[in-house]
Amino acid sequence: MLDDFLIRAALAAVGTATAAGLMGCFVVWRRMAYFGDATAHAAVLGVALSLAFATSVLWGVIFVAVLMAVLIHYLSVRGQTIDTMLGVLSHGALAIGLVAVSLVPGSRIDLDAYLFGEVLTVTRMDVAVIWGGTLLVSLVIWRHWQALLTATLSPDLAYAAGVNPRREQLILTLLLAVIVAVAIKVVGALLITALLIIPAAAARGLTRSPEAMAATSVAIGAVSALGGLRAAITFDTPVGPSIVCVALLLFVLATISRKFMPNGS
Amino acid sequence: MSDRAMTLISANNISVQHSHVAALQNVSLTLDAGEIVTIVGPNGSGKSTLLRVIIGALQPDQGTVTRAPNLRIGYVPQKLAIDATLPMTVRRFLSLPRRISDADADAALAAAGVDHTSNQQMAALSGGQFQRVLLARAILTRPNLLILDEATQGLDQPGSANFYRQIDAVRQDLGCAVLMVSHELHVVMSASDRVICLNGHICCEGAPDVVTAAPAYRELFGSGTGGALALYRHDHDHHHDHHHH
Repeated sequence: MLDDFLIRAALAAVGTATAAGLMGCFVVWRRMAYFGDATAHAAVLGVALSLAFATSVLWGVIFVAVLMAVLIHYLSVRGQTIDTMLGVLSHGALAIGLVAVSLVPGSRIDLDAYLFGEVLTVTRMDVAVIWGGTLLVSLVIWRHWQALLTATLSPDLAYAAGVNPRREQLILTLLLAVIVAVAIKVVGALLITALLIIPAAAARGLTRSPEAMAATSVAIGAVSALGGLRAAITFDTPVGPSIVCVALLLFVLATISRKFMPNGS
Repeated sequence: MSDRAMTLISANNISVQHSHVAALQNVSLTLDAGEIVTIVGPNGSGKSTLLRVIIGALQPDQGTVTRAPNLRIGYVPQKLAIDATLPMTVRRFLSLPRRISDADADAALAAAGVDHTSNQQMAALSGGQFQRVLLARAILTRPNLLILDEATQGLDQPGSANFYRQIDAVRQDLGCAVLMVSHELHVVMSASDRVICLNGHICCEGAPDVVTAAPAYRELFGSGTGGALALYRHDHDHHHDHHHH
C-alpha cells in the first residue's frame, strides 16, 4: 500500500498537519508567529549546510532550527519586544541559506522543493520520520498540557503555582524546531507558519475551551492536508500552497459561520 | 492556631536592578501567619517587583528569600490579559495548573462571590467578576498566604471596596495571611495589621495609623487621603455580614 506515492503523500501531509494543528494553537495563543517564521527560514540554511557536509537534510534542518530556536529563546529572556530582532534573524537566515545553497559546489538542487515543499516525492522513510516527529510533538504537548496552558495564561501565575514558564517556553520552542524539520518536505519553509496559524485561527471561533480548539485545529489541518492534496492533483497545482489555500478557505468558512452563531464566543 | 506566630516568608536585604536602575534597594520584609500586610507606594516604586521576588518569578540581584516549608501561596495578579485567541471558561481556568473537582470549583467560586459563572467565558466577565474568579482560583489550594497585586485596578471605588470586603471574608474563612499591594489608598489600609510604605526602599512601616501620620508617608502621598480612608472604615465597621452581588 505504501508503494503508492499518493498514499505516502497523504500520510505525510496528514501527519504534518496534525502536529502543526496542535502546535499552532500555542503559536496563536502566545503570538509566536514571527518566531515560527524565523525557525522555518533558518531551515533553508540547514538544507545548505547538509548539502555542503553531505549529511541528511533532516539532521541539517533540525540542527539549524534548534540552534535558531534556542538563540531566540535566550534573546527573549530580557522580556523586551524582540520583534525587530526576530525579523532580522528570520530574513537574515533565509537570505544566508539561499546564498549558501547556491555556493555549494556541484549541486544544482531544486531549491523549490525546500521552499514550497514536494510532498509527492516523499519516501517511506520520510513518512516514518514525519509520523515519528508528530508523535513526539503530540506526546510532549499531552504530558505538559496543564503546565503549558498555565504558562501561556500568565508567567507570574505559573511561577506562583510552582510551574517554571521559561522551561515550558523552551519546550515549545524546541518542538517548533521539530515541526519545522518535519514539515519542510510537505509545505516548504515559506508556508510552515501558515500551516501553524490558519487551522488554529479557524478553530478559535468554533470552540469554547483550549482542548476543543486544539482538537478542531488538528481536524481542520488534516482536512486541509487531504483537500489540498486532492486539489493539487485535480488542478495540477503545487501541493504545499494548495494545502494552505484549503486551510484558508476553511478559515473563511469558519469565520462566516461564526457570524451566524450568536452562542459562539 | 498553633502556627500563628510562624514566619511564612522572610526577605532579607533584597536588591533588584532593572537595566542598571535600582528598582529595590535593601528591602527586608517578614510575614507571619495570619497577618494582613499592605504595601503602598507610588507607581514605579518597586511594589510589583517585590511581589515577583516573593512568589519566585524574579531572582533578586542581592539578598535572600526564605519560605516556610508549608507555605502555600494563592496569587491574584494585577491583571491577566487572556489572549482573545484562547477560549477559556471559568471552570477550565480554575483547573490550571492542577485539575480540581466540580465541588471544589463551585465552593471556591461561591467563596469569592461569583457563583454560577462556571460556564462563562473568561473574556465575557465584567472587571469585578474577573478579579473574583482570580481570587477563587487563588484560594483553591487553601493557601496560608494570599498575595494580591493591585487586584482592584480597573474597578470603580464601590467595586473595589466590595472586592476588599470579599477578601476579608475569605481571609476569615481560611485564616490565611494576606500580602497586598496598592497605590490606591482608599479602602485597603485600615484593615491591615501592618502597612509598608515603599519607594524603592522601605520609607516607613507600622500600624496604619502610625504610617499615615509618618512624615515619609505624607511626603509621598500628601495628606489628602484621610477622607477616603475614613469612608472604608465606615463601611468596614458596618458590613461584616455576607455580601451577594
